Amino acid sequence: MEMPNPDPKVLSRKAELIDRLQQVLPEDAVIHDPSETRAYECDGLTAYKCPPLAVVLPASTEEVAAALRICHDMNVPVVPRGSGTSLAGGALPTEDSVILGVAKLNDVLETDYDNRFIRVQTGRTNLSVTGAVEEDGFFYAPDPSSQLACAIAGNIAMNSGGAHCLKYGVTTNNLMGVKMVTMDGTVMDIGGAHLDAEGYDLLGLICGSEGQLGVVTEATLRILHKPEGARPVLMGFDSNEVAGQCVSDIIKAGVLPVAIEYMDRPCIRATEDFAQAGYPDCEALLIVEVEGSDAEIDEQLETIMTIARSHNPVALRESSSAEESAKIWLGRKSAFGAMGKINDYMCLDGTIPVSQLPHVLKRIGEMSKEFGLDVANVFHAGDGNMHPLILFDANKPGDLETCEAFGAEILKLCVEVDGCLTGEHGVGIEKRDLMLHQYDPADLEIQMAVKDVFDPKWLLNPAKVFPLASSDARRIAAE
Amino acid sequence: MTPLAPKTEAELAELVASTTEPLRVMGGGTRPIGVPVNGQPLTTAKIKGIELYEPGALTMVAKAGTTVAEIEKTLAKENQRLAFEPMDHRGLLGTKGEPTIGGVFAGNISGPRRIQCGAARDFLLGVRFVDGQGQITRNGGRVMKNVTGYDVVKLMAGSYGTLGVLTEVSFKVLPDTHTTGVLLFDGLTDRDAVAALSRALGSPFEVTGAAHLPSGMDGDPVTMIRVEGTEKSVAYRLGELQKLLGKFGTGRTETDPEKTRAGWRYIQNVEPFHAVQTDVWRLSVKPSDAPGIVAQIDGADAIYDWGGGLVWLQVPQDTQGARIRAAVDAKGGHATLIRGNRAAGVFQPLAPAIATLQDGLRARFDPRGILNPGLMGQAA
Repeated sequence: MEMPNPDPKVLSRKAELIDRLQQVLPEDAVIHDPSETRAYECDGLTAYKCPPLAVVLPASTEEVAAALRICHDMNVPVVPRGSGTSLAGGALPTEDSVILGVAKLNDVLETDYDNRFIRVQTGRTNLSVTGAVEEDGFFYAPDPSSQLACAIAGNIAMNSGGAHCLKYGVTTNNLMGVKMVTMDGTVMDIGGAHLDAEGYDLLGLICGSEGQLGVVTEATLRILHKPEGARPVLMGFDSNEVAGQCVSDIIKAGVLPVAIEYMDRPCIRATEDFAQAGYPDCEALLIVEVEGSDAEIDEQLETIMTIARSHNPVALRESSSAEESAKIWLGRKSAFGAMGKINDYMCLDGTIPVSQLPHVLKRIGEMSKEFGLDVANVFHAGDGNMHPLILFDANKPGDLETCEAFGAEILKLCVEVDGCLTGEHGVGIEKRDLMLHQYDPADLEIQMAVKDVFDPKWLLNPAKVFPLASSDARRIAAE
Repeated sequence: MTPLAPKTEAELAELVASTTEPLRVMGGGTRPIGVPVNGQPLTTAKIKGIELYEPGALTMVAKAGTTVAEIEKTLAKENQRLAFEPMDHRGLLGTKGEPTIGGVFAGNISGPRRIQCGAARDFLLGVRFVDGQGQITRNGGRVMKNVTGYDVVKLMAGSYGTLGVLTEVSFKVLPDTHTTGVLLFDGLTDRDAVAALSRALGSPFEVTGAAHLPSGMDGDPVTMIRVEGTEKSVAYRLGELQKLLGKFGTGRTETDPEKTRAGWRYIQNVEPFHAVQTDVWRLSVKPSDAPGIVAQIDGADAIYDWGGGLVWLQVPQDTQGARIRAAVDAKGGHATLIRGNRAAGVFQPLAPAIATLQDGLRARFDPRGILNPGLMGQAA
C-alpha cells in the first residue's frame, strides 16, 4: 500500500513539536517515545503498520483545539483515532503524523429521556452508550459488531451501521448534534437536541467523512425505548436464488424485520465446526428477526413462515424461548471468530441491490476458484450489505497480495451491479485506490472540494479516502 | 418570466454552463420559501420519469421533475409509500402547480412521521446534480448502506438548489401499513400535551405521529398520538398507550381510515393556517422547550408536531419576527419564516464558524454565485 513520503521538515522539527504540545497538554497526554508510539502503529487492518511521530490523548475539547492549532501551525498531519477498530486502515498513521486519540473523552454529559437523547464525549464506546441508559429501558440503535470496543468518534467518522440498521438506520440517522474542532482549532456546535440542524446538512456531511473534516469531541445521539421483545426464525434453502427471492418476498409482503442475516455454505460449515449451533448443512441460511409484544411477534412470524414455506426450505425453525433465540444467533455471532480460527481472513463490505444477490454470490464462487482462495459469505441481506470473508495465509509469501487482488475484483463486481465499494467499514486506505471504479474524477473533485473548505491545508487524515494520484496536487500545494 | 425548462440533464448542464445571469431554481414551484430570487426562473419539471422501482429492495430512482403524485400512485400499487410523509405547501403558500420529488429533497420536506422514521434526507440514497459551473456530478447510489466517499447526498438535501440543480434522486421507500389508530386526548394544556407526547414517544409502542393542537377543529385543545401496523397490533398498542397515559385522562381512540387520514393531513399540511392573512413560522426546538417558547409570543397560534419538536406558529401580519428569533435563540434550535414579513430574515442566522463553512461550500459548488443567490442566508 502506497503512502505519501513523510515530510522531512516535519520530521526534523519533532523536538519542537513535542515541546509545544507538552505546553498545552498534561505530561501523560503526549506520547513520543518510539517504544510507546508503536502501540498506535495500526488499527484493525493489521496488514499495514507505521508508528506515528507522536500521539496526543487530550481530555477536553479545549485540549483537542490546542493540539490541533499547534499541528496546524507547524503543518503536521493529524490522524484522529477512536478505538482503532477500523477495518479499512482509517486510523493508520504516517511517519510524520500525530495521532489524536479521543480515548480519554468518555463521559456521559447529559441524558434526557423526555426528549430522547443522550450527549456523550466521543471516546465513549458504542455499547457503553446503551449501557448508560439501558437500566431505564432505552438503547442507542446502531450496533456495529465491534460495539464492545469501537468509539462513537469512529462510528461518526465511518457512519457505522450494524445488524439492526434495516429498521433503525445507521449512525447518520441517529446523530442529532456534534461539537467539532476543525484543523485550525475552531470549535463549533452543529445541531443539538432539536431535529434537522439549521443551514446545510453539515451533520450529514461530517458523518462518514473518515476524520478528514474535523475532530468530533461530543455527540448528541437519539435514544429509543427498547422493544418489548424480539425473536428470530432460522431458515435454510438449497439455493442462493431461492433464499434471495425469499428475502425479497418478505420485504414486499410489508413486514419490516429488524434484521435479515444471510450465511452461505462455507460459512455455515465453518461456524458449525466452531460453535455447534445446530445449523442445517445447506446452500443458504437466513436468520430473520422481528420485534414487538409476544402477540405482535407471533403475527409477523406467521407471515414470514408462510412465505418461507412457499419456497420449500430445507430447514425452518422458529424460536419460542430466549434460549432458542440465543442458539439461532450463536452461529451468526461466531462467524468471524470461526473464520479467524481457520485462517487469516480479509473482510469486505461492498453493498449490492438485493436483487443481485444470487448473481454476485455465483460470481464470487467462480472467482474463488480462479484466485485459489476460499471465501465465505455472511451478510446483512435486508440491505444488501455483503461481508465476503476471503481466507488466506499471512505467512505464505504472495498470499496477502492475491487476497487483496481477489477482494478488489469482488468490490468492482459490487459496483458493476449498481452497488458500492463499502457499506459500513469505510474507504480508509483499503479501498482508496478503487474509488475511481465507483466515481468519475468530477465526482471525486466535488468531494475533495468539500475537504478544501473544512481543511484547506489537507492536514487531517490526508492520505485516506481519495486515490493518492487524485489528491496529490492538493496535498503538495498545502505543504 | 417564462421559466427555462430543459428536458434532459445534458440540456440543463449546458444551460447552466452558458448562462450569464443568476437562476431561480425550482421544481414545481410550489414552495417559494425565502426571499424571491432575482433571476431567470429555471424548472426541472420537464426532466421527469421513474427510472427504476424495486419493491423487494424498497428502492426507487426517479428524475427530479417527476411529480410526487406520480410517485405516490406508483408506490401505492405495491402497498408502499414515501414514509417521511412530505408536506404539501400549496394550501399554506397559496401556490399552484405540481410538487416534484426533486423539490421535496431539495427542501428536505418531511411530515408528521419524521419523528419515528426520519426526515426526507434520511431516505435519500443517491443524487445526480448539475453544479454552478454546469458540471454533472453523482454521489451515493441506490443501495441502502453506502459509506463510499463523502455523503454529498445529505448535503444536497435541504440546500434549496443553492449548491446544484438536482436531476435524479434515488431513495428508500417503505411498506404502507394496513391500519392506522389514533389516541386522542382533549383539553390538555400545551405543557401537559408535550409531556404526554414525550411519554408516548419514549415507550416501546412505535408511535408514528405525535401532535397537539391548542385549538383543534372545534376550537378546543386536542392531542393526537398515532400508531400504525396490522389491525391486531394497532389495537394492542392503543390499549397499552391508553394505560401508560392514564394520568392525562382516559383518551379516546379513532381507527376510521378516512378520519385518521384527514386528521393527520390537517397537521402535515398545516391546514389551520390556510387562507388567512398571517405570518407563519416553522420552529425546530427541543420538545420540552416548545410550550415555553410559544408562551412568549403574543397573539400566536401554535401547532405542535413531532412530539413538540416542530412548532408551526401563526402570528398577526408583520409582527413578532424578532421576538420569535430571540425566543428560539435563547433555547437552541432554529426558526424559518414560511410566509409573511421577512424583516427578521427567513432562514435561521448561523453561528459565524458554521456560516464560514456554509459560504465556503457554496463558493466551491457555485463559484459564480448564480444558483438561487440570496437564498439560505447568503447576501445576493
